[in-house]
Amino acid sequence: MTEWLERHIPKMVLAPSFAAVLVFVYGFIAWTAWVSLTRSRLLPKYEIDGLIQYERLFNAPRWDTAMSNLFVFGTLFILISMVLGLMLAILLDQKIRTEGVLRTIYLYPMALSLIVTGTAWKWIMNPGLGLEAMVRGWGFESFTFDWVINPDKAIYAVVIAGVWQASGFVMALFLAGLRGVDGEIIKAAQVDGIPAWRIYTAIIIPSMAPIFLSAFIVLAHLAIKSFDLVIALTGGGPGYATDLPATYMYTMAFSRGDIGQAASSAMVMMGVVFAIIVPYLYSELRAKHD
Amino acid sequence: MTDVTLAPAAAANSRNWSHFALRWTLFTLLGLFALFYLMPLFVMITTSLKSLEEIRTGSLIAFPREVTFDAWRTAWSEACTGIQCEGLRPYFWNSVVIAVPAVAISTMLGAANGYVIAQWRFRGANLVFSLMLFGCFIPFQVVLLPMARMLGLMGLAGSIPGLIFVHVTYGIGFTTLFFRNFYVTIPQDLVKAAKVDGAGFFRIFWSIFLPLSLPIIVVTVIWQFTQIWNDFLFGVSFSQAGTQPVTVALNNIVNSTTGVKEYNVDMAAAIIAALPTLLVYAVAGKYFIRGLTAGSVKG
Repeated sequence: MTEWLERHIPKMVLAPSFAAVLVFVYGFIAWTAWVSLTRSRLLPKYEIDGLIQYERLFNAPRWDTAMSNLFVFGTLFILISMVLGLMLAILLDQKIRTEGVLRTIYLYPMALSLIVTGTAWKWIMNPGLGLEAMVRGWGFESFTFDWVINPDKAIYAVVIAGVWQASGFVMALFLAGLRGVDGEIIKAAQVDGIPAWRIYTAIIIPSMAPIFLSAFIVLAHLAIKSFDLVIALTGGGPGYATDLPATYMYTMAFSRGDIGQAASSAMVMMGVVFAIIVPYLYSELRAKHD
Repeated sequence: MTDVTLAPAAAANSRNWSHFALRWTLFTLLGLFALFYLMPLFVMITTSLKSLEEIRTGSLIAFPREVTFDAWRTAWSEACTGIQCEGLRPYFWNSVVIAVPAVAISTMLGAANGYVIAQWRFRGANLVFSLMLFGCFIPFQVVLLPMARMLGLMGLAGSIPGLIFVHVTYGIGFTTLFFRNFYVTIPQDLVKAAKVDGAGFFRIFWSIFLPLSLPIIVVTVIWQFTQIWNDFLFGVSFSQAGTQPVTVALNNIVNSTTGVKEYNVDMAAAIIAALPTLLVYAVAGKYFIRGLTAGSVKG
């Protein structure tokens, strides 16, 4: 009996957590998938009725806006954060005495809630009293910076705030990568008289490919889940100009009472995340086994 | 002879000069970026210390002419979040009451799970770990609807225990990952030797693994605390009037449409909501960064 217990205790310790994950992650995904195939409105119904919710979704102009916003926001957010992060990392890697302080400054936004970030930038970009008013006060009367209230530009305002929050983190990832590059190779290249920029473009950056991938995965993940930032900065507006799939899903679930739409939009989000994460996780887990 | 001695000196001189110009450019760039990252914090602090009158007439980046803490008092105890006007204080405590047990429970579960997965390997352990790891990555929108119903069935809808439950449930994936990756670096011979000496599962954990775990406990606690304190999605989906966390209350204060827009109060409220995580970052930034990078470079 004791021996049996001793042998099975590890599994028994793990079991409750694993059961919770099975039910609350996989079971719930299955529930949402199921409901996305029904005519559920205010209350869930369980009779499967084909892809009607997805048809409604893809015919909704608002969902269209949300998806193209995700594409614009995601692309710019990831690209600018990566470029800025890499640049800062390289600049910081030049044996700067104040590196510690600068690193702390570049990275602190990552400790903030996106609601705080959104609130701060909403105020800074406030046309009447913020940056616009400030620059006009300097004598540039025609200066306009009304992105947060301009339906065509509001999504770029979200990009600015997002980059501000996340680029320091990318910097930290890259800096760790730069420090991990084999010093001997760099020394050899220096002895050969290869200029510093060539050492970066030909040796260091190519050897950091896995870090680019990690940074991309994290940023893409942040972009798809982005909800708080849009809510705090623009509330999805003006109109629904800055709606993202996440805000669309939330609106359908909690203010429109349209559970079918909420479920189907959540499943599409899930699909997008899967398409990015699964190949990555698969290769990571497999690499560890080899 | 003179030529020979002069030439290197001149070359060194010009090399020095270009080196100096390069360093100067470097520091200018680094300084400008530092300003970019600091500017919002600076603006938040100065705005929160100004009167509304000064905000309307002055410039965004000007220092306050007259420092006043009225906005801070209003934000803490008087500002309106919808129909209630009690400031952030009750919601700040809600967040504390949610975060402390949720962090503690999810960290303990993560330690136990990580210990099992890394040191007591059984058939299927890898599959279990992969399935748990995957749970970290799902967009939470996909579980919002069923979770809302489940909390209702459990009688926890809109309650603080309900939010604690949600945060623990979706936090154990990450905490397990952190501890597993830490324990996997400890040689398995240690467990074998302890078993030979007659120590059991729990004894080995308490006497050998836990004393080694301080760094990873700090990383996990900081990570979980930051995640849970800064959470908005679960907070706004699963709370009701009296149980909202501070992020939801902050958003309500900022986006409440009644009355005059008090930007100084908004900024003071934002700083109050950010203070705990900023403090953690200031005190234990090293561990915060380790958690971030551990959370992104997985496997």
